[in-house]
Amino acid sequence: MSAVDEVATEAPAVEAVPKRAMTLGSGTSLVVLVLLIAVPLFVKNFIIFQMTMLLIYGLAVLALNILTGGSGQFSLGQSAFYAIGAYTSAILMEQYDVNYALTLPVAGVVCFVAGFLFGLPALRLSGVYLALATFALATAMPQLLKLGFFEKWTGGVQGLVVTKPDAPFGLPIGQDAWLYYFTLAITIAIYIFSVNLLRSRSGRAFMAIRDNEIAASAMGINVALYKTLAFGVSAGITGVAGGLGAIAVQFVAPDSYTITLAIALFLGMVVGGVGWLPGSIVGSAFIIFVPNIAENISKGLSGAVFGVILFLVIFLMPHGARQVAIVSQQLIGRLRKN
Amino acid sequence: MELFSNQILAGISTGAIYACMALAVVMIYQAIDHLNFAQGEMAMFSTFISWQLMQWGLPYWAAFVVTIAFSFLAGIAIERVLFKPLAKAPILTNVAGFIALFSIVNSSAGLIWDFTIKQYPTPFGSSPFLGSQLISTHQAGMIGVTLLLLVALYVFFQYTRVGLAMRAAASLPESARLVGINTSWMIALGWGMAAAIGSIAGMLIAPVVFLEPNMMGGVLIYGFAAAVLGGLSSPFGAVTGGFLVGILENLAGTYIPGVGNELKLPIALAVIVSVLVVKPAGLFGRPIVKRV
Repeated sequence: MSAVDEVATEAPAVEAVPKRAMTLGSGTSLVVLVLLIAVPLFVKNFIIFQMTMLLIYGLAVLALNILTGGSGQFSLGQSAFYAIGAYTSAILMEQYDVNYALTLPVAGVVCFVAGFLFGLPALRLSGVYLALATFALATAMPQLLKLGFFEKWTGGVQGLVVTKPDAPFGLPIGQDAWLYYFTLAITIAIYIFSVNLLRSRSGRAFMAIRDNEIAASAMGINVALYKTLAFGVSAGITGVAGGLGAIAVQFVAPDSYTITLAIALFLGMVVGGVGWLPGSIVGSAFIIFVPNIAENISKGLSGAVFGVILFLVIFLMPHGARQVAIVSQQLIGRLRKN
Repeated sequence: MELFSNQILAGISTGAIYACMALAVVMIYQAIDHLNFAQGEMAMFSTFISWQLMQWGLPYWAAFVVTIAFSFLAGIAIERVLFKPLAKAPILTNVAGFIALFSIVNSSAGLIWDFTIKQYPTPFGSSPFLGSQLISTHQAGMIGVTLLLLVALYVFFQYTRVGLAMRAAASLPESARLVGINTSWMIALGWGMAAAIGSIAGMLIAPVVFLEPNMMGGVLIYGFAAAVLGGLSSPFGAVTGGFLVGILENLAGTYIPGVGNELKLPIALAVIVSVLVVKPAGLFGRPIVKRV
């Protein structure tokens, strides 16, 4: 073979998103926030539960977005970190009687460390190879959780039942509503943290690495440090989401955290728009509601209906919800001019 | 020692399955430069088609040939209809498309042929091969077909004009277009060939794992792993990778205490990842040198 095909001028796998295009304007943010606060006041408990899950998966998608959209690394292993977070919270709450709110930072830290450590070997890999490595992590996790060695803590195949917390200080709201607002507060905090992270020096380093690793290292960015850091931060946020998920669902079992979850989170990121943080919530809505819609349309063919809907979505907006946001922004701008 | 050699032999016979699938994976990787997650499901669907043909009374080899032709055309059709419009979309969007395709094919096959497990015939017979209990004539035949396919692919890529054009289109699309190669159709052709090879893999695997809509789930993962281990740019590497993964899986199951069937896959994957950490382009892949 000639020398030519050994040299590839490869386009980066993840397109460059300028950091200003990563967030919403303050007006839109405010509207979304008001909606998120007000809607649960008027709906049934089950819908509140679904909205809680919406936020939780939103966080997990956001975490993947920081990793992929921010630093350009691809992961199919997010379900593993989600599982670690969920189990950390569940074990602390049920075996050691720790307050549920305190288990979340622990879950975050544990997952941050796990992600950081996993990021070290992952440094050598990129593209499909990294996908395979993270995939291995995702398939291994449920099996590891089932191991007899850990059964004392994890409850083995049966998993653990988690008690749902009551609203504190005698607040006159139900458990579901309390958990929703609790989740909302954490989600907002993490969202603000993520936005600021991507705007900071570290965020710029992530993006430089995403756009061109060699150029980034030539500029003096410690590529290894920032790549593993991105893995750690992403895993940490996923861990918090996992902990919240365990509290909301009130149950953890190894088979809730299979590769299917990792694939769902990935789809959520694509539908929401890779690298566009507010899109995470749109993506999360997609992975929570569309399977149900598909099931309603046809029981026997629900998978096919889901696939068709997914195809329609990516045909209409290959760049995810971000594309809709940009187009509508331009439309509004044009209307204002007239 | 006998246990050891028996495990190696058993590993080779399961490895043949993975090697077959890995070839299809490498084929599509050569054509479109990424992995197709729906490949296993496409192969499963083709296998069902051949099963249906045989139910209608066609002899095995006739069904075999018709299925390959059908898969080839279906592969091209899928590319033209579903993935050509996505050619300019980001890669991750394409991957989402593969997942959608996976879901559609799997669910449709379930509806048409239902989820009960079906027997699938083998043309090679299933008596012990050369007196060994561990490897049947079917598995020996499968290894033979895989090696035959490998040689055919090698000749195709190395010595035919179309093969050369396809390699060019995959590695440097723009330059390929400048010398007059229709890169768009090269991609479609790659899809067709990958689907055809996948259908062969499916028809060879079905007698072992039995025919049902989810039969390819596990196999495809091993196929990917094998292709990545061997190096995605090399069909030879893919086949070697397939056998290695099969052997590795069997040895891990036998010799590492506490590893049941459940932990075989994670351990095999862990070993593969460790190999990749040392050799990031796979055992036989050429490292890609990036132009700055």
